[in-house]
Amino acid sequence: MALDILNEKGVPVDEQRFTWRELAGFPYSKLDDDAFSRVRVILMNGVESEAVRFSHACARMNRDLQIPLARVRRIEHHQQTLVNWLNPADQSPLETTIGFEQTAIEVTAALAQQEPDAYLAQAYRFGMLEDFDHLYRFSALMDRMTGQDSNNILQSYTDVRPGRPTIIEHRAPIDDVRAGYDRRTAVPLTKLNALVLVAAEHQVHDYYMNIGPQFADPTARMLYAEIVSVEEQHVTHYESLIDPDETWLEKWLLHEATQGYTYWSCSQQEPNRRLRALWERMVSYELGQLHYVMSLMQTMEKRDPIALLPKELPDPIPFASQRDFVRQVLANEEGMRAVGQTFTQDGEETPTTLSYRRHMNSEGSPSELITTAYTYTPGTELVGDGAEVIH
Amino acid sequence: MQKPTDTGTNRTGIATSPLDSPALIKGAREGGKANGGLDPELLLAERASIARAADPIGTVPPPASLKGVAKTILEKLEGHQPTVFIDKLGQRLAYERTGVRLYEALLAKFDAADVHEGGPTRTEIEEIRNDELAHTLLLRDAIKQLGADPTAMTPCADVTGVAGSGWVQVLCDPRTTLTQCLDVMLGVELYDTASWLLLVDLANQLGFDELAEKFRDAHIDEEAHAVRVRGWVQTAVIGQSGEQPTPLEKPKTTH
Repeated sequence: MALDILNEKGVPVDEQRFTWRELAGFPYSKLDDDAFSRVRVILMNGVESEAVRFSHACARMNRDLQIPLARVRRIEHHQQTLVNWLNPADQSPLETTIGFEQTAIEVTAALAQQEPDAYLAQAYRFGMLEDFDHLYRFSALMDRMTGQDSNNILQSYTDVRPGRPTIIEHRAPIDDVRAGYDRRTAVPLTKLNALVLVAAEHQVHDYYMNIGPQFADPTARMLYAEIVSVEEQHVTHYESLIDPDETWLEKWLLHEATQGYTYWSCSQQEPNRRLRALWERMVSYELGQLHYVMSLMQTMEKRDPIALLPKELPDPIPFASQRDFVRQVLANEEGMRAVGQTFTQDGEETPTTLSYRRHMNSEGSPSELITTAYTYTPGTELVGDGAEVIH
Repeated sequence: MQKPTDTGTNRTGIATSPLDSPALIKGAREGGKANGGLDPELLLAERASIARAADPIGTVPPPASLKGVAKTILEKLEGHQPTVFIDKLGQRLAYERTGVRLYEALLAKFDAADVHEGGPTRTEIEEIRNDELAHTLLLRDAIKQLGADPTAMTPCADVTGVAGSGWVQVLCDPRTTLTQCLDVMLGVELYDTASWLLLVDLANQLGFDELAEKFRDAHIDEEAHAVRVRGWVQTAVIGQSGEQPTPLEKPKTTH
C-alpha cells in the first residue's frame, strides 16, 4: 500500500524516545533469518549513518540550523544505534563484509532498474559491477584464510564470480567525478535513489576503514586496503551524482524523505515480525522528522516543501535477488571504463588513470593474489563439490 | 522458546534454496577463473615473505626492580633467559584472570538455565572460579618474587588473549546455552592443564623447586577441572540426544 507522506504526520519529534535496553535489543539470527533481513539492517545502518554525517556537516555551516539539527540528529544517532546493534555477535567482521557486498550488489541493481534517469542508471550499473567483483575477492579470502563458505551468509541469492576486476577499478580522482542530476528537473525518485546509494557506499568505506587493520593476515590487510580505496572512489562517484546546488534545507528534507522511503521499503517486505515492527516504528519516526523539516523550510526559506516531494512514496525498493539483471549487466558492461564524466564502451581510459593504476599495482595486486585459480564452490574449495546436496 | 537443537529455519546451506543454489553453482563455474585448484604456495609465499620482515608483536618489559629480589633467585636466573620464564608466567596470569571472568559468566548461564541431573551445581562452578582466582594470586606473587611487574602484558599473554577472545564472546552471549558454554570451557580447561604442566617443567629446569611444587598443585586442580567439565558436557550432550551417558571416572579432588 502506498504511503501518503504529505498527510501522514507520524510521531512528533518531541515524542521520539528510546531507552538503553531498546537500543541494545536482541539481534537477528545469522543462521535462521533471511539474508535480506541482514541486507535491510546493513542498508538502514548506512542510511542513518549518512543522516548523522550530513547533519554534522550542515551544522558546521549553518548557524541558524544548529539547534534544530541537533534535536533531530540525537534521534537519528539512536536510530542508527538501534539498527546497527541488530547485527549479532557471532557474525565476524569478514562475514559482515560479505553481507555489505551483497547489500551493495542487490540494492544497487534494484535501484538501477527503477532509476528513470538513463545516465544515473548507467552510473549505478557501473558501480554495481565493481562491488560484484569485491564479493568474489572477499569470498576467496574467507575460504582460503578461514575455511568458511561465504554462501552461509549469501544464502544462494547472489552469484560469487568475477565482475569488473578489482585490479583495474583503480582510477585517477578526475575519472571518478560524474555529472550530477539537475535539482530543478530531476524527479524525486532520482534524488532518493542517489542518496540511498551514497549512504550505502559511505558506510562500506567507513566500516572497512575500521575493521581492515583488525585482521592479522597480511593478505587480508592488503585486500581491505585495496578494496576500501575503491569504496572511497565509489563515494566520490555516487556523491557527484547529487546536485551540489541544492540548498542545505533542501538536502536535509531529501535526507528525511530518503530515510522514510527506505524504512518503509523494509517494513513492506520483512518476514521477521520483530524486525517488521521495528521498521514500522521507524517509518512513523521518519514521518515526524520529515514534517518537522518541512515546517522549517516554510518558515526559514519561505518555500513550499511539497514541491520537492512526491505525494506518495514510489514503489518500495525490492529486496530480492537481482541475479538475472546482474548477469546481463556483467555480459554487456564489464568492459566499460570511465573517462571523466563519461562511460566508455571501447575500454578507453585516461593516461592519468593508467599511470595511477600502474603505480598502485606495481608491488603486486592483493585482489589477484587471493583469487589465484579460485572458483567458488559450495562448502569451500577444500571440500570440493557440495553441489550434489541439491541433486 | 526454541532450543538450538530443535529443527528450525536455518538457511545457511545450499539445500535451503533449491532454485537459487543451482543458479549460483552454474554461475560460479561459468564465471569463475580456470578451475586449476588451489595454489597454496603463492599465498603462503606472500605470508612468509611479509612475516620475515615483520617486527615481533611486542617484548618482555625490563625488570621492575631487582631490589628486594632474593640473591638465590638472582643466581638461578643467571645464565638463563629469565624473560622466557617471565613471559610464560605473564601468560598464565592473564589466562587465569580471564578464567575467573569466564566462570563468572558461566554462573550467569547457570542461573538462566534449566539444569538437568548430572549437570554442574552452582557451588561446583563457584569452586572452580575460586581455584582460578587462587592461581591468579599465586602467579602474581611468583612474578613479583622474580622482580618482574605482574601488571605488564607480556607477548605470550597478549597472544593468548587474542586467541581466547572468542571464548569471552561465547560465554557472554545471552543466546548461547549452558551446554554450549561448557563445551567451550572444556577446551579452555584442556589448554590450561597442558600449559600448567609446561610451567611446572620450566620451573623445575630453572631450579625453582618451591614454585614448581606450587605449580604442580595448580596443575592437579586444572586436571580435576577438565574431568569435571568433560563429565558435565558428556552428560548434557548425550542426555540431549536421548541416550543415557556412561558414568565417567570421578575427579579425585579440586584442591
